[in-house]
Amino acid sequence: MNNVFVYCEIEEGKVTDVSLELLTKGRSLANELNCRLEAVVAGTGLDGIEKQITPYGADFVHFADDERLYPYQTLPHAKVVKQVFQKEKPCIGLFGATSVGRDLAPRIASALKCGLTADCTALEIGDHTDNKTGKEYKNLLYQIRPAFGGNILATIINPETRPQLATVREGVMKKEKVAGNHQGKVKKVDTKTLLSDEDLIVKIIERHIEPRKVNITNSGIIVAGGYGVGSKENFNQLFELAEVLGGEVAGSRAAVDSGFIEHVRQVGQTGVTVRPKLYIACGISGQIQHRAGMDQSAMIISINDDPDAPINQIADYSIIGDLNEIIPKMIKYYRKNSK
Amino acid sequence: MKEFNIVVLAKQVPDTRNVGKDAMKADGTVNRGALPAIFNPEDLNALEQALRIKDKYPGTTITILTMGPGRAAEIIREGLYRGADRGYLLTDRKFAGSDTLATSYALSLGIKKLQPVDVIIAGRQAIDGDTAQVGPQVAEKLNLPQVTYAEEILSLDKGKVRIKRRLERGVETVESPMPLVITVHSSAPPCRSRNAKLFMKYKYAKSVTELQDMSEDYLQLQKDRPYLIIEELGASGISAGVENLGLSGSPTKVRKIENVVFKAKESKVLSANDEDINGLITELLDNHTIG
Repeated sequence: MNNVFVYCEIEEGKVTDVSLELLTKGRSLANELNCRLEAVVAGTGLDGIEKQITPYGADFVHFADDERLYPYQTLPHAKVVKQVFQKEKPCIGLFGATSVGRDLAPRIASALKCGLTADCTALEIGDHTDNKTGKEYKNLLYQIRPAFGGNILATIINPETRPQLATVREGVMKKEKVAGNHQGKVKKVDTKTLLSDEDLIVKIIERHIEPRKVNITNSGIIVAGGYGVGSKENFNQLFELAEVLGGEVAGSRAAVDSGFIEHVRQVGQTGVTVRPKLYIACGISGQIQHRAGMDQSAMIISINDDPDAPINQIADYSIIGDLNEIIPKMIKYYRKNSK
Repeated sequence: MKEFNIVVLAKQVPDTRNVGKDAMKADGTVNRGALPAIFNPEDLNALEQALRIKDKYPGTTITILTMGPGRAAEIIREGLYRGADRGYLLTDRKFAGSDTLATSYALSLGIKKLQPVDVIIAGRQAIDGDTAQVGPQVAEKLNLPQVTYAEEILSLDKGKVRIKRRLERGVETVESPMPLVITVHSSAPPCRSRNAKLFMKYKYAKSVTELQDMSEDYLQLQKDRPYLIIEELGASGISAGVENLGLSGSPTKVRKIENVVFKAKESKVLSANDEDINGLITELLDNHTIG
């Protein structure tokens, strides 16, 4: 009762990074609440899976081992988690904000009639006093997330309902084993009686890895390069920066015409128009045709060795210098400061 | 069966992607007035999937179901212009302040009013909240299977739907019996534009509330052409338990809102040295532009 639960995702026999990150966070929440950290894992061939989970601080691993539970499917996994939660009555339930966790967690919240906050960037324990009723709540989970397209930061709470459910994206929390040789117990979920044909009405016909089609217009962060990047090889560091920041790479017409980057990524009058939260223009002079495709960006950073480049007039920040020196530094300081 | 009843769940949202320089006030707060209200983008991807089914099976009926204030009738009209057949607006003060759970409760009751329904299609998520919760929550309330992250509805045959899903690291094809809930990913094809004929046909479509401010001529027009009526349903119209609606039906509460302040209004010039770059990255992280 009243423990912290983490739903662990399995990929090819391994617990995913996001689940281990959640276990690490769950451990510190459980320490603060003075309760247990428990994990739920569902899949097939899970013998010994607890060895991957308990080092991150889980005191208890509920595992449902059944060939009908792999690959992931909504209905059977939802049934397992609902059953465990109904029995164990957790105070907190954490899921990865992945295509699995974001598919599963709302189903659980809807069934248990409890609150769920998506894509939290921080989780803390704190008290709350209701302004209207004056009622005091102790040790709630503060679920902190950006909202409104990233323009505000909201702290969400679930004063009355349990469990308090949240999803968190991969890479947001730190992953860390607990000190010493942490041991946990294992508890098997009886899937034989639990799962029925009704839970298996959706069939997976085919699964394969397929690269995503490029669509830069939906990206909140864009790292764009122009003729000044100099070569296709130099664009690799733009890709690296974009990957680190969770954004996409774009190019100006000059960069596309020079063959540095493909046309689907072209921003400007003859390309696409983008309005990201952050546009980093590298080696782009900022001709009007290019600016037409990006000047509505919420924030613009220009990296250019020419202090008089037109792009600097619309940039919020202009970094004057060699992009081959500046981009690696941005990556370095992002990695250093982000966690 | 060669015709289907499809419900498209749609939401009118502030266009948070259009956050230009005027969208933030000088004090760093959001200038909501500067953000236009639009048809949630992924709900348009969802509508396109429904329209493609109708292209194939012309007897199909597409109903847009939305919940919101009176002005949300705008997106129902937009749907009609693009090929939907009718629209229902769930609107009631009692719905105000609903989180995703209370919203899914009201929508699921609205869908029950529209039975029989073969396929419920929604966008994966709305850009004002980005939660992706309402689709699965509706499916759970209706005890239906769900297929999230759909990129393409491949076929409907013998009561079964085949769907291609777009996942983080690949694609998956699944088959589900009808009825079911599908949520559509932004990688699905964009919605077709307005059709000029449909625009002419539906431009006078009005909800009951909107009609209150209209002239007699308008009322007569609606009587002659009942397809111009955008139906409205309130809490009692969907037989909802009031305790499950709005703020009282919402387990999540907002404790605190902080505005993310964009400080830079005029260009700041930085050099390539470590101190400048470190400072910039720290600032961007602090105001949640990145990270």
